[in-house]
Amino acid sequence: MTTAIELAAAIKRGERSAVSVAEEAFAAISARDGEIHAFLSLGQDHAMEAAARVDAAVAQGAPLGPLAGVPVALKDNMCTKGWETTCASKILEGWKPPYDGTVVERLHAAGAIVVGKTNLDEFAMGSSTENSAFGPTRNPHDLTKVPGGSSGGSAAAVAAGFVPLSFGSDTGGSIRLPAAYCGTVGLKPSYGFISRYGLVAFASSLDQIGPFTTTVADAALSMEVVAGYDPKDATSINEAMPDFTGALSKGVEGLKVGVCADLLDGAAPDVARRVAEAAAVLEAAGATLVEVAVPELKLGLSAYYLLAPAEASSNLARYDGVRFGLREERDDVVAMNTATRTAGFGAEVKRRIMLGTYALSAGYYDAYYGKAQKTRTLILHALDRAYESVDVLLGATTPTTAFGFGDKVADPMSMYLSDLFTIPSNLAGHPAISVPFGTGDDAMPIGVQVLAPGKRDDLCLQVAAVLEAGAPR
Amino acid sequence: MSEPLLTTADVAHVAKLARLELTDEELATFTDQLSQVLEHASDIAALDLDGLGPTAHPFGLTNALREDVVTEVSMRDDILAAAPAVEDDRFKVGRILGEAP
Repeated sequence: MTTAIELAAAIKRGERSAVSVAEEAFAAISARDGEIHAFLSLGQDHAMEAAARVDAAVAQGAPLGPLAGVPVALKDNMCTKGWETTCASKILEGWKPPYDGTVVERLHAAGAIVVGKTNLDEFAMGSSTENSAFGPTRNPHDLTKVPGGSSGGSAAAVAAGFVPLSFGSDTGGSIRLPAAYCGTVGLKPSYGFISRYGLVAFASSLDQIGPFTTTVADAALSMEVVAGYDPKDATSINEAMPDFTGALSKGVEGLKVGVCADLLDGAAPDVARRVAEAAAVLEAAGATLVEVAVPELKLGLSAYYLLAPAEASSNLARYDGVRFGLREERDDVVAMNTATRTAGFGAEVKRRIMLGTYALSAGYYDAYYGKAQKTRTLILHALDRAYESVDVLLGATTPTTAFGFGDKVADPMSMYLSDLFTIPSNLAGHPAISVPFGTGDDAMPIGVQVLAPGKRDDLCLQVAAVLEAGAPR
Repeated sequence: MSEPLLTTADVAHVAKLARLELTDEELATFTDQLSQVLEHASDIAALDLDGLGPTAHPFGLTNALREDVVTEVSMRDDILAAAPAVEDDRFKVGRILGEAP
């Protein structure tokens, strides 16, 4: 598989045409996406026109963006002007946003070619893509396994070699988990580093957009393109971004790596073994390993599954059949609202809306929502303390490798437990990256996770680059 | 497992607040599943966190203000075009208030 950086360089030098690269991507998709189902919709006409414009710019010697001619896929919860954006929900089926999200605008400006919108768990709620209203995505490494979720389509699109770069969103692990299951790099940036303008809201205080790539260097380049202040997102961080690409060559000499048992507790033996090997790679490269206990992290799951549904119940109140999306017509407006939401939302979305409504309701607000918000503070303080003695934390991304279809659907709590190791970074707003690191006993990919303090995404990339170089082949 | 934390009546009430209609079967399943999540959350419900404030934004960002200037063109036509029903450039819905006495 050619990386985004290699493709952009070959196109710039005139060795490849952007049109031929795009044609190749669509040919690969048409050959294999019938069985994988990474994509919900394709934008072939616009993509070919955009590719032709890149080729014309190359021919004229005009300046090119850093991703000129690189095919990119976007999770279908990112608004694309005039292009159906469904969130894999019947309630938004057919809805065409009136504007492009900031990430989409920045990708266009960088010359990237958006080839399609990818499948997800409905409204990004899930860990397997089985909650998509339009059918699940299958793991390209084994079609009987889930790709993980919620950004399963974006992970599968990169793992299948359809595109070198895709974007997903991560509210409790929805980039890192599918990246681990599909054997790609997946970065959840610091909260506020990438604009959420045009990302359909799930849990606004936790949602963050990030890239899936085959290499750590591509993840760094994509951050250079899309990260940075955006006045259209009130939670955007208005500070200079770290040097993402410069971090790649720094190595880990002298770095203190916290090996965190609380990011391993409950992991399958094959996963735990790979994390130990990853620690050894970092030590051999000059890092100092420090055992760190952060027992508060395991409280994150409970806090998350109250906070995220609470925010979702509020965010998803907008789907009322009045202004966009589905409407089930009834004589009076409350009956219409109810019929529309009942017909439009799937079971998991209904479950979370009800959980959130309950957690926010009179008499339970302090016990559940209030307690969860304070637990978030507790976890932030615990991580701050840990980072007084180490530079980064190392652990597993997921407790196991990819599971089979139907294994967890009937038992939501077991599905939620898949997010145990990824949730703390969302609650803290900190960056974390999943790097492919060998396979498990079932020959499926395993990801190891590097967590860094807030706004130190460069540290994640720096350590990830060393892990990538030392990963088992 | 001890007494379920939720009754079907609780869940039926919440569904009404959330404008969702559940079948009897869904009501029973959701009551069981939501109880399990709340059961798991008992680990934080039991914590003494009185000394801690709540966190809603990890970096303590507060209001973001900007100059009051026009920065984008109106998307009115595109927005109305995406609506299920429109009349005279307004969103159209059915009856909101009850019948006149």
